[in-house]
Amino acid sequence: MNVGAPPVRPGKAGGVVLVLGATSGIMRAVAHELARHGHDLVLTGRDRAETETLAADLRIRYGVRTRARQLDALAFETHAREIEDCIDDAEGQLAGAVLGIGYLGEHARAQQDSLEARRIVDTNLTACITLLTPLANHLEANGRGFLCVLSSVAGDRGRQSNYVYGAAKAGLSAYLSGLRNRLHHSGVQVTTVLPGFVDTAMTYGKEGMFLVAPPERIARGIVRAVDRRRDVVYLPGFWRGIMLVIRSIPEALFKRLRL
Amino acid sequence: MDGPNLFRSEQLSGWGRFPVERANLYRPERGAEVGRILTTAADPTYISRGLGRSYGDAALNREAGVISHVRLNRFLGFDANTGILECEAGLSFAEIIQVFLPRGYFLPVTPGTKYVTVGGAIASDVHGKNHHRDGTFGRFLVDFRLQIASGEVLVCSPEQNRDVFWATVGGMGLTGAILSARFRLVPVESAYVEADYQKAPDLDAALAAFAGSDEGYRYSMAWIDCLASGRSLGRSVLMRGNDAPRERVRAPDRDPLAPPAKRALSVPFDAPSALLNRFSIRAFNGLYYSSHRDATGRLVDFDSFFYPLDSVGHWNRLYGKRGFVQYQVAFPPQTAEGGLRALLERLSGTRRASFLAVLKRFGPANEGLLSFPFEGYTLALDLPGASGIEEFVRTLDDLVLRYGGRVYLAKDAVLSPESFAAMYPRAQEFVRIKRRLDPEGRISSSLARRIGLAG
Repeated sequence: MNVGAPPVRPGKAGGVVLVLGATSGIMRAVAHELARHGHDLVLTGRDRAETETLAADLRIRYGVRTRARQLDALAFETHAREIEDCIDDAEGQLAGAVLGIGYLGEHARAQQDSLEARRIVDTNLTACITLLTPLANHLEANGRGFLCVLSSVAGDRGRQSNYVYGAAKAGLSAYLSGLRNRLHHSGVQVTTVLPGFVDTAMTYGKEGMFLVAPPERIARGIVRAVDRRRDVVYLPGFWRGIMLVIRSIPEALFKRLRL
Repeated sequence: MDGPNLFRSEQLSGWGRFPVERANLYRPERGAEVGRILTTAADPTYISRGLGRSYGDAALNREAGVISHVRLNRFLGFDANTGILECEAGLSFAEIIQVFLPRGYFLPVTPGTKYVTVGGAIASDVHGKNHHRDGTFGRFLVDFRLQIASGEVLVCSPEQNRDVFWATVGGMGLTGAILSARFRLVPVESAYVEADYQKAPDLDAALAAFAGSDEGYRYSMAWIDCLASGRSLGRSVLMRGNDAPRERVRAPDRDPLAPPAKRALSVPFDAPSALLNRFSIRAFNGLYYSSHRDATGRLVDFDSFFYPLDSVGHWNRLYGKRGFVQYQVAFPPQTAEGGLRALLERLSGTRRASFLAVLKRFGPANEGLLSFPFEGYTLALDLPGASGIEEFVRTLDDLVLRYGGRVYLAKDAVLSPESFAAMYPRAQEFVRIKRRLDPEGRISSSLARRIGLAG
């Protein structure tokens, strides 16, 4: 049984990290990993009770300071204000942010119901952009910090089984590429994380899952990628090879496959 | 996030790996999902499951729903003034120790493995080496939140919903899903126990040692050689101790609350069934007894003292694919000697050797309707799952009943409804409360159906 690693020596890491979308399976593990390294955290989630539970848990386990905020990814008009409040919570100590807001949705439904398709795009792309816009400007003005955002290998190539989700993630990856280009000049690192299948509620009990990685492993990879100021990381790393193969299949052949 | 009601069809077993049954395993990640699963009622019945350390079929539910609480494992609050910890039911004792032992707190009661959850500890009303002094885990509970079949959440304590509280403490998860609990941790000065080791050449000597000097120890148990017979029947090594004070840990560079890290071993695959046979087990037991020397005041770290088997991951694989049956019984003081002697004679005369057996004195029972411990002595042993094991265990059950004893449901895989009813005289009170909480019998398990508790 995995008890989780003990806290690392305090004082190694500094600063407050903003964790956007903190209650998903992967992001919960990311919040643990950041707290384990001694970061104070501002956590946001749609579900207030869950976000507060996570904040209490991390406080007790790791002795870090945590604050929970309710944030609805689809309430776009509130985002600028919410980000401002989160930045205020950090009391000038904001080191950066990890954003992991996503909605897999039901692809079969999204093919029929354009509102489901819109919800998938709104959550995975629009919401991320409306949250990152004020955050990027703040960090750019400060001239330091990091933004680490969870996209997906699904964005590397559209497949018939989840292309709406894939399209949103492809858009997000492109956005992050451009943002990285812009913020590089002011010393802000933008990291794009491309996880494969991860053992969380998003995949649990669903068909067609393979090479499913434990969320703790992905979280360690994410925090390591931030520490090393990486640009784009596949997690686990072997997905880089898998996606290289998938991207290199000629379209004339790809369209005949059932993926 | 998207699939609160998704499940996986899985082959599940308890720690004894007997029996193995298919069930629909749910694994909620958010607290509110347990209620959603219960009330959606996609499966005919549900039972909660923690880390699967009960040995038999308590956390199994053949062809029905099993709700894993392992991702509902959050610390919720801690009051340093009172030592009261609040957490979700899926939190493990191992995590509690990892976080709180360095701060000078330990569990008030712990079983022989730290890989149990708080919910499982309540449902089995676990006991530890300190039962003769401190009672069961249930005694240290302030309250817990129980989600019953309707989805309603009841706060239960010795004052509030008192009858539900005492039906749930030891109730094998059959009153509903325990969501969270508050209980007292105990302050300790070090992560060590000062232990005394004393050999007893036979059962009389072991019982005399327990009766004579047990009150001087917070922790007390004996390893007993189940294969010794004749004059050596019941020969034992008593292992007893007390929490070591800070100044007893003499190492200037060492934090008394942080014992040295241990190398973890693991059994990587099923051992061939022939490996543990009566010859190898007899040899092990003989060696174990003869290699021990009497000793006093030995400083032993908590992992070695409380959880010797946890350092060998998957030790249950030693018994091979057939698994094993853990058999734990308690006898009242008047009949304990006769009952233990009869049981040991039966065991030493059979080919069904037990690898590890533990003898311990119990203190008084609590009000838990199905709580196992009562005043007297308890014996726990492993029986390899060879063919005919169920019939053999039933003959042991009959013997235990004749001496007024009972078996521990958290370890049982075989008990009949008739023997259960005779061993647990308050079972009917339990059934009445369960029917009131769960009139449609939506909370059930393979254990419940086997012993007639399905409602």
